[in-house]
Amino acid sequence: MFELIVNHPIIAALLALGGLALVFGGILGFAAVTFKVEGDPIVEQIDALLPQTQCGQCGHPGCRPYAEGIANGEAINKCPPGGQGTINALADLLGVDAPSLDAEHGEEQEGQTVAFIREDECIGCTKCIQACPVDAILGAAKQMHTVISNECTGCDLCVDPCPVDCIDMLPVEKTVNDWHWEKPAIDIIATDRPMPPQDKGGQAA
Amino acid sequence: MKQEQMIKVWDITGGIHPPENKDQSMGLPLAELSIPEELVFPLSQHIGAPARPVVAVGDAVLAGEKIAEAVGAMSVPVHASTSGTISAIEERTLPHASGMSGLCIVLASDGQHRFAEQTACADYRQLDVNTLLEKIRNAGIAGLGGAGFPTSLKLHTQQDSPIDTLILNGTECEPYITADHRLMLDFAQDVVAGTELLGFILGEPKRVVIGIEDNKPDAIAAIKHAVGDKAIEVAVFPTKYPSGGEKQLIQIITGQEVPSGKIPAALGIVMQNVGTAVAAYRAVRFGEALTYRITTVVGEALDTQRNIKVLLGTPVAHLLNENGFDSSQSSKLIMGGPMMGFALPSADVPVVKTTNCIIAPSVEEMPPAPPAQACIRCGLCAEACPASLLPQQLYWYAKAEEYERLQNYNLFDCIECGACSYVCPSTIPLVQYYRSAKGAIRQQEQEKVKSDHARQRFEFRKLRMERAEQEKEAKRLARKQAAEQAKQIAAERKAAASTQADAPDTVKDDPVAAALARVKAKEQDPAAQKAKLERALDSATSRVEKLQQRFVAAEADQKEKFEAQLKQAQLRLDDAKTKLQDFSTASQPNEVNLETNLKNNLENSLETKAKDSTASPEQTQSLKPAAAETMDAATAAIERAKAKTQSMAEMSPEEKLKAQLTALETRVQKAKEKLQKAEADGSEHVEALRTGLEKMTAKLVNTQEQLEQLSQ
Repeated sequence: MFELIVNHPIIAALLALGGLALVFGGILGFAAVTFKVEGDPIVEQIDALLPQTQCGQCGHPGCRPYAEGIANGEAINKCPPGGQGTINALADLLGVDAPSLDAEHGEEQEGQTVAFIREDECIGCTKCIQACPVDAILGAAKQMHTVISNECTGCDLCVDPCPVDCIDMLPVEKTVNDWHWEKPAIDIIATDRPMPPQDKGGQAA
Repeated sequence: MKQEQMIKVWDITGGIHPPENKDQSMGLPLAELSIPEELVFPLSQHIGAPARPVVAVGDAVLAGEKIAEAVGAMSVPVHASTSGTISAIEERTLPHASGMSGLCIVLASDGQHRFAEQTACADYRQLDVNTLLEKIRNAGIAGLGGAGFPTSLKLHTQQDSPIDTLILNGTECEPYITADHRLMLDFAQDVVAGTELLGFILGEPKRVVIGIEDNKPDAIAAIKHAVGDKAIEVAVFPTKYPSGGEKQLIQIITGQEVPSGKIPAALGIVMQNVGTAVAAYRAVRFGEALTYRITTVVGEALDTQRNIKVLLGTPVAHLLNENGFDSSQSSKLIMGGPMMGFALPSADVPVVKTTNCIIAPSVEEMPPAPPAQACIRCGLCAEACPASLLPQQLYWYAKAEEYERLQNYNLFDCIECGACSYVCPSTIPLVQYYRSAKGAIRQQEQEKVKSDHARQRFEFRKLRMERAEQEKEAKRLARKQAAEQAKQIAAERKAAASTQADAPDTVKDDPVAAALARVKAKEQDPAAQKAKLERALDSATSRVEKLQQRFVAAEADQKEKFEAQLKQAQLRLDDAKTKLQDFSTASQPNEVNLETNLKNNLENSLETKAKDSTASPEQTQSLKPAAAETMDAATAAIERAKAKTQSMAEMSPEEKLKAQLTALETRVQKAKEKLQKAEADGSEHVEALRTGLEKMTAKLVNTQEQLEQLSQ
């Protein structure tokens, strides 16, 4: 053995390197099996940023499929419910420039909406129940249906299937509890300001 | 000032010394106002869930009567502050920075100020803690210092974290406000008694301290006098804004800092405002609900600036008018202090439990904020910040809406005291940036919770649909298998039967064959056949009826469609009728009974239908014409049929046949006419009509032959 090493240094080096390669290969293989990460973490991260309205306006049947689509290189500006905020967050996550919302998929809505069934007109056809992606509509065949407004994501998927058009999308009214201060208006310099001293604007402090 | 012993106090970082402006309102004694005509009680005057009204419009209530009850633990009830009638429960503008409206109970006072019965309690030490807490909660007491946290909740201590320090906050560090100052002067005994009560409820903490800033020497003297030799310390410390903040005062009195994101109870400390202590004491001792509070009414737009014992629910406008308000002088109205208060949307909002001050300043007194300029990185804000934050960094990130970074810089430790805005040489409204950023972050968190919830529901739905699909598939497979098995068995049987065709037992064993045999037997059985025909007739009749009703109800454009349907159905009905007749004529002798049965059945069903339709008057109204028509037609048909059967029963066989013959002849005649007409029109029914005619003629011939045989 020793003789072989001394006499054939090239073979010896090959053996040594080969041995090392086997050892490390084994370790790496073991690690790959033991510390395997389930699922695609980037899809999870993208999915966490999407608004989860499950509205399908992006062309996918729900938010998660779109997250998978984005992970596979799809455009990130197809989500009208999320709006520019979601696009910015996605761009931030993926390290790309934030495009503006693709108008093809709809326009960003001002404020949240919630579906409301005019219960007198409901004929109990259950079509909206089947359309609701988050099971937010309560009812049975030939019974009046109603929307559990806390669960409604405002995706408006129930509006089209209704044969008697008794579903309205109502804006969610802000209450004192979910009101918050507005960011101060854009800074202006003194000369831009309307000058009369009786100006009643401005805040305490 | 008499000082027996100085209590060691600590200093807070930062802080500012704005002009105090406290003398204006301390010149006059505590005043009371006339009772306003209308009082407004918002259902949410505290942090937590709004109260639920327990009165209706028109109810007469007395002062101190509960008009709204607490909903859940984080809530307190609301009481009427004077006697009168409830005039409305409606949306009114709230005394809130948003200027939004919320549900309020409106009370029209009767001016008599009659009180509801109050249960006094001479010695609260006889009662257990929970009873006392319940009394305090039922009296509607929430923190009177400004935040409005339900007091009973704050006093309810957990077993695992005992309270060793109770601090009474008499600091009142914000400029202009003197409500607590006035309270400590005029009700020093009640303050001490309230302190003792709170101490008793908290299990006699080791330290009980009343903290007062040194700019109120008269209040300090009064409280010290009232304390006497009781085990209550009176801590006096230098004036500085914002010493009165909860965390700041704890730091001043104990030297401890409340950890970020924790409440003082984590350190074994509870703090209450002196006003809250007095209210709690009066609630327990005299059974008084919280119906009034002391509010400072101050500002140069007023003639008289003073402290007022004001009934809760009093409109601010009433308060101002009674103090000589000059609207031409005023620039705005502020509820709370100049540092942390907010501009009121209008003077119509009521005084609520947390209203410690109303400022009506003149324009000179509080000029509008000058425009913000660029940040020059001077660092004054960081020096002024009592929470040791970095206001500049927070400002940049708030401006850029980088919420994650804001949280990393502990935005939520900001107490919104406004010291940074006050010192800013560029007059940047820093605290407004922080407030809006805090709100935006909270909103994002709420949305996150909601979207997570939606995701969960969506995924569960997907799972459920998949499961349902699988179950369906499984069922389908099972059915398919069963069918195949049955087929196999049948094939085997058949094979077996063909090998031993003579064995009679095999036929008996074969269920399919047996069933077939049964069906055949049934078909041959006239009664069963008749029943079948009856059913057909029934369904045809009901269909015609339904269609007629629909036809009447239908719109003009749909009428054509219905007309066609109706015609078809009528044809089917006729067909069923003829079949039945044919059948009954073919099997005459033993059919009379059945015939009558059928008639009875029909009659019964029609009667019940008639009853049904009268039972629902709305329906009957709309359907009356159609229903009546069908009813008439049906009864007429029944009459005819009855008469026919009767006459037939009386006739001899020969006569019967003759009658049949004539009937058949007319029918053949009719059918011929129909056929001719159809041929002329080129209708598609020609073939059917022709075969019908042929059959009828065959029958006619048949009957004629029968008649001939009989006559021979």
